[in-house]
Amino acid sequence: MSDLKISGLHKYYGALHVVKGIDLDIPAGEFTVLVGQSGCGKSTLLRTIAGLEVADKGAIEIGGQRVNDLAPRDRDIAMVFQNYALYPYMTVFDNIAFGLRARKTPKSEIGPKVAAAAKMLGIDHLLERFPRQLSGGQLQRVAIGRAVVRNARLYLFDEPLSNLDAQLRDEMRGEIKRLHQELGKTMIYVTHDQIEAMTMADRIVLLREGVIEQQGAPLDLYERPATRYVAGFLGSPSMNFIPAGVVANGAAISVRLGDGTSLPVPAERAVGLGTWQGKPLMLGVRPEHIGPAGRDQRPGLAPVQAVVDLVQPTGSRSYATFQLGGVAAVAELQAHDVSRPGERLELSIDMNRTVLIDAATEKVISS
Amino acid sequence: MNVRTRSALKLGLRYAIAIAITLFFLFPIYWLFMISFKTADEIYAYPPVWWPSTLQFGSYAVLFRDGDADTVWNSLVVSGVSTVLAMFFGTICAYSLARFRTGGDHLANWIISQRMVPPIAIVFPVFLLYVWLKLVDTYAGMILLYTAFNLPYVIWMMRGYVLDIPVALEESALVDGCSRWAVIWKVVFPMCRAGLFATAIFTFVFAWNDFIFALVLTRTEVTTYTVQVTHYFGGQSNFWSKISAMSVLGTLPIFVIVGFMQRYLVRGISLGAVKG
Repeated sequence: MSDLKISGLHKYYGALHVVKGIDLDIPAGEFTVLVGQSGCGKSTLLRTIAGLEVADKGAIEIGGQRVNDLAPRDRDIAMVFQNYALYPYMTVFDNIAFGLRARKTPKSEIGPKVAAAAKMLGIDHLLERFPRQLSGGQLQRVAIGRAVVRNARLYLFDEPLSNLDAQLRDEMRGEIKRLHQELGKTMIYVTHDQIEAMTMADRIVLLREGVIEQQGAPLDLYERPATRYVAGFLGSPSMNFIPAGVVANGAAISVRLGDGTSLPVPAERAVGLGTWQGKPLMLGVRPEHIGPAGRDQRPGLAPVQAVVDLVQPTGSRSYATFQLGGVAAVAELQAHDVSRPGERLELSIDMNRTVLIDAATEKVISS
Repeated sequence: MNVRTRSALKLGLRYAIAIAITLFFLFPIYWLFMISFKTADEIYAYPPVWWPSTLQFGSYAVLFRDGDADTVWNSLVVSGVSTVLAMFFGTICAYSLARFRTGGDHLANWIISQRMVPPIAIVFPVFLLYVWLKLVDTYAGMILLYTAFNLPYVIWMMRGYVLDIPVALEESALVDGCSRWAVIWKVVFPMCRAGLFATAIFTFVFAWNDFIFALVLTRTEVTTYTVQVTHYFGGQSNFWSKISAMSVLGTLPIFVIVGFMQRYLVRGISLGAVKG
């Protein structure tokens, strides 16, 4: 049964149309991540689900009940905010207990519930402190504690990790995912960070300009993007897009790049591509699908010559930038596969993993 | 002279200047208090008597005996009640202006402009209105007037404090189970406590110090202490001991209030009260 059902949802801010007809069905217990660039409407969508914004059109159902006209407190939701939203004049205990008190929970139940939530988040030794005495990570734990102490049907997270530094963010990411596994509750998580989306989600809903661009399991979106936007948004460094065309030579199909490089397409992936001859396309190649030639003898590897423009070592891997088909492309190589700019490399592109995109509609035609 | 001596000297100089300025401003208050404890001879003595030979409480006794001291009570009632009312209604209005943008962008400016009207310009129309409404020389009339006159100030100040509260704090409370009223009570009031106290003090002091409204709109029943003081200035002579004793009685409540709330006062004034 779906825990949250949204149909035909629209939201305007004055003349600005922010959410443009969203349909979404989230089953109970799922961790859904709403992801997209800033201004795509993801936070507005979350706030509308919470009742902090009024839906201008469409319906929102939580647990089968239409909630459009219900106040936030009557929607059976708990929410974690980006800037923690802790009350500075209350101790950690009082902050966590706030929601329980507001809902008139018997006093005898509040203590044990707060203690349990605090223990789960490893903040049980901080209960007597005030928010100003806590670090960023501890503050975020308290904020999460405020939400989980209540047995809500739906948990909403509005970019909860964006104020934390990188290391803490990694840690809290795991923490929230663990929490989801323990509680088994339906959670909706908003972020602009595609890594957060990929690592945490059961399902990613990728928003663009107020509509859902694509939704599905993280790896489905990563490996089979529906549009150039999705292909470019997920993955870091992002996918290389190289202007290309299809050339048929009898049954054999190859992709020809702007500089004349010809990359043969494996036969099983070439089906139907013949009709695209003469039309402008984009070849999408992920950096990790470009590797040193000769190391692997699998079918479908197309060799290319590269002169390295830029090397960015990350430790375990190095990103090498070079010209491919007239544009800059990035290859993700082993740390010692590349050493300096100007180096000549024999690389190969794994044509089994590339995508072809119609340059006119930006839709993926083969993936 | 080494660095340490020089900085000690500088510090000493700063203290000396601060003490001199403080003494300069404290002297009139000291003098006021002293006159109230002096005999008539000591008041008029030349060279001045800096410290009375014995502390005379006679002037105070007379004020209490004749019922003149009741005017301080009247002041307390009209100032206190009007402050509470103005703070309550003003904060709610400020919240509405800040959070729901009630009245658009310029209503707040229009409201504060009401406070710029000189009291003397409206006191006689108000008097005529009050005669018609039978509110002259009543607690209700004075409380209503001070509440109305202070509301713009309270709204303007509190709007700034409310705007400084992160909206997420309120939204979080709404999601957690609070109604909008509960949010105001449990989040907005505690969050702008310093601002509330600071604004309340200024509101109270305005009503407490008002002379012109009280002079025109009271007779005998709710005369405030500011008006009462003027009764001791006579054509033939001034009753300095009564004047000073009455002034002391009128000053004490302010001392007490400001003393208790000094902590909030400083913080409240320096907190974002200037949000446009």
